[in-house]
Amino acid sequence: MVPLTWYLVLAAGLFCIGVFGALARKNAVGVLMGVELMLNAVNINLVAFWRHTAVGEMTGQLFAIFVITVAAAEAAVGLALFIAIYRQRRTVNVEEIDTMKG
Amino acid sequence: MQPVIFALLALITLGAAAMVVTTRNLLRAALWLILAFFGIAGIFILLNAEFLAVAQILIYVGAIATLVIFAIMLTRNMMDPSQPRFNEQWGVVGGFAALLFVVLAAIVTRVTWPVAAGDVPADTIQRLGSDFVGPYVVPFEVASVLLVVAMVGAIIIARERE
Repeated sequence: MVPLTWYLVLAAGLFCIGVFGALARKNAVGVLMGVELMLNAVNINLVAFWRHTAVGEMTGQLFAIFVITVAAAEAAVGLALFIAIYRQRRTVNVEEIDTMKG
Repeated sequence: MQPVIFALLALITLGAAAMVVTTRNLLRAALWLILAFFGIAGIFILLNAEFLAVAQILIYVGAIATLVIFAIMLTRNMMDPSQPRFNEQWGVVGGFAALLFVVLAAIVTRVTWPVAAGDVPADTIQRLGSDFVGPYVVPFEVASVLLVVAMVGAIIIARERE
């Protein structure tokens, strides 16, 4: 069986790639894709811990399912926001969407 | 055999994820994202979480990736390849992400995790289902309310105003 640490390192790598995408991308949809990668990295951690430390209980998998649910809701609302913003301002560049900047 | 499969899946997942955040063309980035989701589904199968792997493919590949592609097409002129793909802080962010990875990797390899080897119960999916309507029934119902709220909210936000 593959040791737990390998999964954790893989998830850490995926999470950091997601962080880079979420913070460095100019396009809002690109930012959202980075966030999705981060959520997936968290899911890998949850399932890996379930498999290696508490296989008798389903808590790890249950939590992963809740994360997937919230990610789906977040993606739907986020993309609807981008479409609404695009309709008004003809752009989804996160640097130009600064109405709430103080 | 398992380490080889793991290495292959990890390579696919991380490679595809790296392409997602660096590709200039956003539509291609979305297609790489689908490959990354498939790699993660493979990782779930390797971890004996078959139900989650199927849910991953159904929800992430089937719904979220499709939604992302739709959003890219509806906001089309941002796909212009002459546009810069990163903002000017990308160097700092790259350094930060690399540092974060080094720190996280150092931590997870040093900590001794309370690993308890055990066989996967044969009825995981059945248990998952009875846990959802048993001890976790309240979070389950809250999740369904959240989904309804998100759906209604998305429709209202994206609707064309007269």
